[in-house]
Amino acid sequence: MPIIEVDNLSREFQIMEPVGRFRRRKKAVHAVRGIDFTVEPGEAVGYIGANGAGKSTTIKMLTGVLVPSSGRVTVCGFNPVPQRKALARKIGVVFGQRSQLWWDLPLQDSYPILGAMHRMSEADWRPRFRDLADQMDLGEFLTTPVRQLSLGQRMRGEVAAALLHRPELVILDEPTIGLDMISKEKLRQFLDAERRDNGTTLLLTTHDMSDIQRLCQRVLVVDDGAIAYDGPLTGLAEVTGAVRTMVVDLAAPVHSAALFSLPNGAVHEGIEADGIRHSVTFDPRRLSAATVLAAISSTAEVADLSLHEPDIEHLVRQLYGRARR
Amino acid sequence: MRAYWELAKSSFRRHSTYRTAAVAGAFTNSVFGLIRASLLLSAITTAGGAIGGYSAMEAATYVWLGQALLAPLGLFGNTELAGRVKSGDIAVDLSRSVNLTASYWAQDLGRAAFDVLPRGLPPLIVGALVTGLAMPGTPGPYLLGFVSILAAISLNFLGFFAINLLSFWVLEIRGFWMLYMVLMNLLSGFLVPVTWFPDWLFDFARATPFPSMLQTPVDILAGRTDGAESLAMVCLQFLWLAVLLVVVQVMVRFGSRKLVVQGG
Repeated sequence: MPIIEVDNLSREFQIMEPVGRFRRRKKAVHAVRGIDFTVEPGEAVGYIGANGAGKSTTIKMLTGVLVPSSGRVTVCGFNPVPQRKALARKIGVVFGQRSQLWWDLPLQDSYPILGAMHRMSEADWRPRFRDLADQMDLGEFLTTPVRQLSLGQRMRGEVAAALLHRPELVILDEPTIGLDMISKEKLRQFLDAERRDNGTTLLLTTHDMSDIQRLCQRVLVVDDGAIAYDGPLTGLAEVTGAVRTMVVDLAAPVHSAALFSLPNGAVHEGIEADGIRHSVTFDPRRLSAATVLAAISSTAEVADLSLHEPDIEHLVRQLYGRARR
Repeated sequence: MRAYWELAKSSFRRHSTYRTAAVAGAFTNSVFGLIRASLLLSAITTAGGAIGGYSAMEAATYVWLGQALLAPLGLFGNTELAGRVKSGDIAVDLSRSVNLTASYWAQDLGRAAFDVLPRGLPPLIVGALVTGLAMPGTPGPYLLGFVSILAAISLNFLGFFAINLLSFWVLEIRGFWMLYMVLMNLLSGFLVPVTWFPDWLFDFARATPFPSMLQTPVDILAGRTDGAESLAMVCLQFLWLAVLLVVVQVMVRFGSRKLVVQGG
């Protein structure tokens, strides 16, 4: 049985729009329009889309915080809004921009409260908490009030809080927002291990492509309130014909692109810095970065290089453009 | 139930971290007690010894008990819930597996438990030293007074919670808040005892839950009412408690369907 079932789900908001100087007019904004998808237990699904695409609205309907305008949602067998409290014991939610910890108490004081809320006995939550604190390296700041934690420390505390009751499903709304590379990687490793070891289902929204690459086998792309793509990540790049970009800095200037004998599938895009910096795009399904680099090095000495992955916004834009055509 | 107990305990600890604020609050309560006591005493002297059944000493006791209970009873409320609706953090509250009203209620009881000693004792000590206090010598009034205080804390909580819940419908609750504060300050007997009101205002006050929020516990503690009368007043408090609880639950039920969570 699917853990999340969303059937023709819509949500619209009424906003007041000024008309002339005094009058206001009601206007309906369709944040989510008739989306369908299911998530099976144990899956890790990335839910991506541009700002304002309807991601957070969907998440709020899944957790029972927001009432759908129409359509049906079932999460862990519950109807989220009327069965919100029962559902909350089955799922863990992390809002990247909000905190579920008690702001003016030491970090460790939040967990007994959460354990009690989930009706776990001390013998049940305490070992789990120790385990989580261990894996997430919470030890050194457990006695620090939450308000004094750094963002990275707080997020680790938040994830531990969301996982304390061993939820079947963890919903993460932009969990890595504002985190540095190391904190991001730690968090991803932890979530990945949690899923592998306990079969926890993950649904996360993010703007960070590497979150998706590291954690998710499947992506749902939402655009303008509708699902624009549902499938594996590799497929997304294929569908959109996404290309990687290699930027090389040469030891000595080369002024003509024609001097490089680039393999088929690689395109020279431009020259900057008086012939020092060259950018080349290539299709990752046909060429490896090594092949492209070898081709360039055979002509000129490469001093430095960087590789750029297609970003989510770019992929989504491509996808959306394709759907419109 | 354990969750609410943990919430109450955590709230007690949260408030106990702000000790300077407690000291400043107790100081303010005592200073205002001096001002209020001197105003009432001069009015009583001018009136010739007593007003509405209050002698000078009884009026002073009424002021000091009021000042001592001000903070524990939560007579100034807080706008925490409305603030969380405004910021969208209400989404976190609603994602927890607890009843919204009960979780805030438990936290308010924890706050009150902390406020009793550091906010309650100083005004009473100042009062005992400056004007003297007329307190009953039997345990009855204190026992019933304790129950009455618990009921009054809950009533004040529910009253302010209802005003906060209006934020599910309107973005800015300041107007409702001001109106509530004015009504509550007057009708709860915080400014002067409700028995000093002209008849029509006295009758009006008695038809509202406001006297149950302050006047009742103060009168019971001061031993102004006998046992049976005190018991009846506590029963009335519980009646109002039931009424406000229904109002608040209906508001939560309809409001959370109406609620639009702000921000992403």
